[in-house]
Amino acid sequence: MAGRGASPGSDSARPVRSRPWSRFVLPVYVTVVMLYTLIPIAVMIVYTFNKAPNQRLTFAWNGFTTEWYGKVFQVADLTQALWHSLEVAVISSIIATALGTPAALALARRKFRGRGLIDLTVITNLTAPTVVVGASLLGFFIALSIPRGITTILIAHVAFNIAIVIIVVQARVSGYDESLEEAAQDLGASPLVAFQKITLPMIMPGIFSAFLLSFALSIDDYIITSFVAGQTLTFPLWVAGAVRVGIPPQVFVMGTMIFVAGVLIAIASLIMQRRSERNLARSDPASRATT
Amino acid sequence: MRSRLVPYLQTGPAMLWLGIFFVVPLISIASISLMTGNSIAGWDLTWNFSVFPDAIDQYSPQILRSFLYGGISTFIALVAMYPVAYWIAFHGGRRKSLFLFLLLLPFLVSFIIRILTWQFILADDGLVIGTLKSVGLVGENAHVLSTPTAVITGLTYDALPWMALPIYVAIEKIDRDLVEAAGDLYASGYEQFRRVILPLSAPGIYAGILLVGITNVGDFLSAQILGGPNTTMIGNIIQTQYVQNADFPVASALSLILMLGLMLCVFIYAWVFGTRTIQEYA
Repeated sequence: MAGRGASPGSDSARPVRSRPWSRFVLPVYVTVVMLYTLIPIAVMIVYTFNKAPNQRLTFAWNGFTTEWYGKVFQVADLTQALWHSLEVAVISSIIATALGTPAALALARRKFRGRGLIDLTVITNLTAPTVVVGASLLGFFIALSIPRGITTILIAHVAFNIAIVIIVVQARVSGYDESLEEAAQDLGASPLVAFQKITLPMIMPGIFSAFLLSFALSIDDYIITSFVAGQTLTFPLWVAGAVRVGIPPQVFVMGTMIFVAGVLIAIASLIMQRRSERNLARSDPASRATT
Repeated sequence: MRSRLVPYLQTGPAMLWLGIFFVVPLISIASISLMTGNSIAGWDLTWNFSVFPDAIDQYSPQILRSFLYGGISTFIALVAMYPVAYWIAFHGGRRKSLFLFLLLLPFLVSFIIRILTWQFILADDGLVIGTLKSVGLVGENAHVLSTPTAVITGLTYDALPWMALPIYVAIEKIDRDLVEAAGDLYASGYEQFRRVILPLSAPGIYAGILLVGITNVGDFLSAQILGGPNTTMIGNIIQTQYVQNADFPVASALSLILMLGLMLCVFIYAWVFGTRTIQEYA
């Protein structure tokens, strides 16, 4: 997909046919919608510079300050909540990627009895309303008298991330040529070596993006976590609890830091992807001929 | 030759996790909903089917409101984002990746902060209403926060990228030659759109509506942060009944009602618009 868009001579890059409609009306409309979607980001960043006499953000503008960036970790339990979120996001993404990747490989390449049931489970997991998933999981933990805390949050996050990993990696794997791995085996490589040397490097970008997506969804989750957290607070739970009494400016500062980190990671992974695609195209003339 | 067991070994761990922590709990809410008792004396399965009519009776305003808010926000997101997805796919040219990146930028801001900023934007003394008041464009008593408008604004905003993505993917896949052929056969620009592009993008529309609709009908964060006592949605009820009041049967019954209601909507959608086109072009 990315390859199609990148080459200027390809079909999809050629404008279909330019009319005033697509040349003026639509671009203006698209710009307006894009700007609209960016408003909350701007609001978040702008309010990190708002003075807050009572350590709580007010809707009104009180004057410019950079004070909060220096005091970002001053609210101890908020910092603690952010650490919980990061901890859960890292560990749950690692477990979900480790469990989901082999499953995705099997689903993309093998026909076997029962895979319809697996597909159904994955799709249901992705489409079930999160409030129902959270509520049912809490009922399950209560029934088995499992105490709620960081472990139950982790279990829940792994459960919704596995399906994401399976879908993302599967999409990546089904697009590539399996005969390469077979060729390696014909040339004497053991199945494990063939997998390690041929398949793994090719599906690595898919695994990496599955991991990133899991991480993003985990650090963001409010609805499911609010059911299974018990007394443990993650960043979204802490913020939701603070809404009634007023939000400390540190919340938006942390949001801005996460945002900036996210933009940097996204740009880095885009550059990495471009580079690996270029390397692949260079080392494999056949793939260039087909695109 | 590979052993037949390999795919089961590969999928086993993941499916075990999903089976224990997703499928079993999901199925067990049906039995929880039919229990009676309380947290102190314990719960017994008494096959109390009256919980369903009772729950519907008591919470029908919230149930209807959830589907209404979810429906409106999904519709607005569809109408707003279709042209954006179309333009990026067909006219984005070499900057396509940049436009997609901008479109997905809100995902890099925490979900709760995205909703929270709308409180700052829509508050009585906030950015928009406050400014309009000081200019005198709206009355002193005008307010948006804690009205349905505020909740739907939050729901719609959050839906925009989720709606745009699947539609973009579907339009991007359309063979440009088909559109050109229609043009060569004297189809007007409007006809090319209506008879070629729109039907071929149907799978994307379907995926977008499914993704956004289910999320928004079951959402409770927008209502919790931007709404008031008269905008409570079914998700809020399930959450308070389960987490605060420990009334598990009612909350489980409402969860089931929500699931079944959503499935009904999906079936009606497929029945009205047909699944044939979806399968043909997917």
